[in-house]
Amino acid sequence: MLNLMKYYKAWFLVSALISVVAIAALLVYGLKPGIDFRGGTLTQVGFANTPPDSAQVGETLRAAGFEGVQVQVLGERSMVIRTSPQENEEHLRLIQVLSEKYEGMIEEQFTSIGPVIGRELKGQAAVQLILVSLGIIFYIAYAFRKVTRPVSSWRFGVAAIVALVHDLLIVIGVFAILGHYRGVEVDSLFVTALLTVLGFSVHDTIVVFDRIRENLRIRAGANLFEIINNSINQTLIRSLNTSLTVVFVLAALFLFGGESIHYFVLALLIGIVAGTYSSIFIASPILYVWHTWEVSRRK
Amino acid sequence: MKKTSLYLKFLLIVLLTAAAVYIVIPGGSRISLKPLKINYEKQFDLKLGLDLQGGSHLVYQADMADIVSDARGDAMTAARDVIERRVNAFGVSEPLVQVSGSDRLIVELPGIKDINEAIKLIGQTPFLEFRIENPNPPTLTPDENGNISLSADNAFIPTGLSGKQLKRATLEFDPNTGIPQVLLQFDAEGTKLFADITAANINKRIAIFLDGEILSAPTVSSSISNGQAVISGQFTLQEARDLVTRLNSGALPVPIKLIQQQTIGATLGLQSVQKSVAAGLIGFVIVALFMLVYYRLAGLLAVLALAIYAFLALAMFKLFGITLTLAGIAGFILSVGMAVDANILIFERMKEELRKGKTLDRAVEDGFSRAWLSVRDSNFSSLITTFILGYFGSSIIRGFAITLALGILVSMFTAITVTRTFLRLLVGHNLLVHHWLYGVSSMAEEKQHA
Repeated sequence: MLNLMKYYKAWFLVSALISVVAIAALLVYGLKPGIDFRGGTLTQVGFANTPPDSAQVGETLRAAGFEGVQVQVLGERSMVIRTSPQENEEHLRLIQVLSEKYEGMIEEQFTSIGPVIGRELKGQAAVQLILVSLGIIFYIAYAFRKVTRPVSSWRFGVAAIVALVHDLLIVIGVFAILGHYRGVEVDSLFVTALLTVLGFSVHDTIVVFDRIRENLRIRAGANLFEIINNSINQTLIRSLNTSLTVVFVLAALFLFGGESIHYFVLALLIGIVAGTYSSIFIASPILYVWHTWEVSRRK
Repeated sequence: MKKTSLYLKFLLIVLLTAAAVYIVIPGGSRISLKPLKINYEKQFDLKLGLDLQGGSHLVYQADMADIVSDARGDAMTAARDVIERRVNAFGVSEPLVQVSGSDRLIVELPGIKDINEAIKLIGQTPFLEFRIENPNPPTLTPDENGNISLSADNAFIPTGLSGKQLKRATLEFDPNTGIPQVLLQFDAEGTKLFADITAANINKRIAIFLDGEILSAPTVSSSISNGQAVISGQFTLQEARDLVTRLNSGALPVPIKLIQQQTIGATLGLQSVQKSVAAGLIGFVIVALFMLVYYRLAGLLAVLALAIYAFLALAMFKLFGITLTLAGIAGFILSVGMAVDANILIFERMKEELRKGKTLDRAVEDGFSRAWLSVRDSNFSSLITTFILGYFGSSIIRGFAITLALGILVSMFTAITVTRTFLRLLVGHNLLVHHWLYGVSSMAEEKQHA
């Protein structure tokens, strides 16, 4: 049996450090809102031959009077051009300017979102985030309504939520850093990924907590430290395996799937790995630390 | 008795799977009950979203400022009908025009070739107008270059006769020259108005304006009381045809503005499909290998259940007509990874029971019954998320949520009922009771864990 609980301070330290970095990245860099949320256009163009330099394409467009131009290379033969919100006529002009200059260019994809829609989608995302969080909190409260002493049920809930916040922080932090260095934007799909991670990683935590609950009942009065350590060990393999199968399919999607869901899948992947880690190394030790703190306070 | 019901269950699973496979394979998606003398025949096809088959998704905002609030619903319905008629002229398969909320219109054009032409046609408000000569033409003064210009706008004045009083427009050919021309038929009010105007303007010209531009200005020879007028500009056949379509589809009752557009090229869509299918297959194979290596015989049953799951889910996408988007396929592939989770929870519990020294059949039963709570709880939290996403999400996100939710529900059935039936069948045979087959390595390991 692995004595995983023995090093709980180290796990806490690792998670605290990662969380601090994530919060710092969020505060300093912030998340880069996609055109979903701020309005704007996204044009994906493909080139028959070697694509031109993206900086040069950007210059060409800015010189032609387009606003908010950002150009990114996508894959080997494609390029993504973002601009501020524009009318369809402006978009036609953009394509014309480019195809005159670069021969063999074709438009592969175009998305235009007006500022009104952007505000709406942002509001929608916020509503979803709040509702899913509430749903999960109520669900946790329900799942742990009948836990025997010495650990009261709401502490299971709080520990699970701390672990969830930790998972989301890591995903958000990574995307803040990616946004700063790679220009990765967050869109509705990113929010969807966050919510899916919420749903998935709470289930990992519940598997461990379920076992702690069961062991507390069977071995009432035993040392809490040992009960938690035993429970983690008993559920370790299934926690890892259930996450692994999901990681396998996500990795396949990340490596071989379509470009447009690349970062969506990445967000899911990071979140699910973080969720597995936190359910084992964060959520359960919190129960123990809280309990000992409570005991020492009473003395 | 127990044995019989077990075989019956197995038979049902086989039949269900066969039906699902039949629906999923491309040639077999037509279901006809005609041989049974029931009048039912339907073709089930996998519906691909615009991001996979290519096409355009347009969202229009109607400007309701000039419409009283009671009439807004009717105005939107009327606008939808007008746009539907215009859209039908493009000849794309299965276009969709629907009202969204109180003042939005969603237009979907799968496989459209020239979206910009389509946008132009959808958004325009054709305004047909009949004008008569201005009795007091503006005084003509040369500009600084010495040119005299007379715009058609000033030379003719409106009469009140417009496209509103038009009953229909038809294409015909001049019997003498064979040149295409457009025949207009007015309604009762228009017929009367046109008769009055022509009577009052004999030997004068009447100009026909479309969207502020003059189309033709024939001279009136006699009063016309049958309510028919002919526009005979120098049309090509295509121009005349377009004009007829535009006039017949009528004017939009409210001004609309394009506020969101997503256009995906067919090539890109096809690439996305191919990549997703490849990723899905690779993911499936890795998960299958993992389950086989780790859980051996039990793993093999889980893989069988997973394959059945994949066919059932795909068959349901077809039967329910769920539109598959790229995010939806991602949801489905994700659900393949999650589908075996229930099996893992059950098998781990089974191994635990085996190590405690229980007999195999006891371990199987206890494994399933004790793991059920975890399975239910873990899937429930994901279902909460998918329901909220499905209810409040935009169409892309809804696609993801629907396939994931459906996947979770179907996988509960396959991972539990299907695997349990298979396991119970096997356990009945003495050959297959060796613990190694279920991932418990040796007696030594069992002792160690005990």
